[in-house]
Amino acid sequence: MISVDIEKKLKAYKGQQVLKIAAQFPAGSITKIYGPSGSGKTTFLKIIAGLIKPEKGKIAYDDVIWLDTADKILLSPQKRKTGFVFQNYALFPNMTVQQHLEYATDDQQWIKRLLILGQLETFTEHKPEYLSGGQQQRLAILRAMAIKPKLLLMDEPFSALDPKMKAEIIAGLKSLWNELDTTTLIVSHNPQELEGLTELEIRL
Amino acid sequence: MISFTLHTFSTVSQKLFTFEFMDLTPIWLTLKLASITALILLLIGLPLAYWLSKGRSIAKIILEAIITMPLVLPPSVLGFYLLLAFSPQHGVGKWLQQVFNVQLVFSFQGLILASVIYSMPFMIGPIKSALQQLPVSLSQASYTLGKTERQTFIHVLLPNIRASVLTAVILTFAHTLGEFGVVLMIGGNIPGITRVASIAVYDSVENQDYSAANAYSLILFSITFVMVISVFVFNKYKAKSPLE
Repeated sequence: MISVDIEKKLKAYKGQQVLKIAAQFPAGSITKIYGPSGSGKTTFLKIIAGLIKPEKGKIAYDDVIWLDTADKILLSPQKRKTGFVFQNYALFPNMTVQQHLEYATDDQQWIKRLLILGQLETFTEHKPEYLSGGQQQRLAILRAMAIKPKLLLMDEPFSALDPKMKAEIIAGLKSLWNELDTTTLIVSHNPQELEGLTELEIRL
Repeated sequence: MISFTLHTFSTVSQKLFTFEFMDLTPIWLTLKLASITALILLLIGLPLAYWLSKGRSIAKIILEAIITMPLVLPPSVLGFYLLLAFSPQHGVGKWLQQVFNVQLVFSFQGLILASVIYSMPFMIGPIKSALQQLPVSLSQASYTLGKTERQTFIHVLLPNIRASVLTAVILTFAHTLGEFGVVLMIGGNIPGITRVASIAVYDSVENQDYSAANAYSLILFSITFVMVISVFVFNKYKAKSPLE
């Protein structure tokens, strides 16, 4: 169970707005987070991952406190080790597909499974610049899954995939999430997207 | 008369191209100074540029201004203050002399220190700028995979700024080859110790030995030209001009 109760000022075009969220995410659940551009969806995920610090708040993963501004507790992103799929993929230009996954894990069997899931087995020696947008996005998902995360944070993770590929990837991911009991938060700007996949949703 | 002039010209040319009258020590000394300076600055420059590339603070702004000063200060001004600072009569120089028996003024070690200070902006500038141009999400992605800042720097950031690091090293090396004012103030003109090529050119002109001056200049020009060309070749024509 992840419980979050945070407050963060957001820079807006005119003045400031405040991102205020209090929510709980049961272990193994899949939650959709949606809302208009600039509403703080990405910021929310980054706060949970420990990449951005909120002004006020508390985040706890089971009994472990990740963040408590009152008690000045701030666990580093390395210790939280959440799987994170970035909206811009954040792939490493110097690494091949295989090297991306090997940077995240030593488990070669797991890497093979992921490559099959992402249908990238024949692209292992390719660097990101030689991959299509869809392939790059799949690699970003596989890299986040490589660490077998207990908490997976995905920022617009299927935007570059065609409907058939998207359905196949989601089916494969769901099976892995069940296996690992992964709690998943998926950000999407489109409320209709991911219908049937997610059990919970938060509107920002 | 014509025959005498032709004979003299021919003799000078012959000597010039065979370098038979030349003392090559200043050239070797210059190459040694430039190599050591580039190596020291690479070791200092990578962590320093990384630190400066992350966020802003008053301390960083002041330090960056100090590092940039040699770009705008006349070299003789910098040389003068270094001469004062390292003089064995007072301050740091006196302390170094008494405690470690090290004299930085008119010594090769002093030249190295002066060169490191003088060429620092040429190493820090390109590396810091390259690091700032990398998307911040690259580091963030690495952190979420459990990697430390050091691992992220070595495996993710550094490989993606290789071209800029190479540019910075070559630029620092080439800039050290061309030092004159600072070197003259700190090192003087001691053959075999502080008489680098740029000083040898000046010295040769002073002595009206234009053939030697030309030979030293030609060698310096050639080395520098090859180095700048090599930046573009190594970077497969992707690199920007070193001055951009």
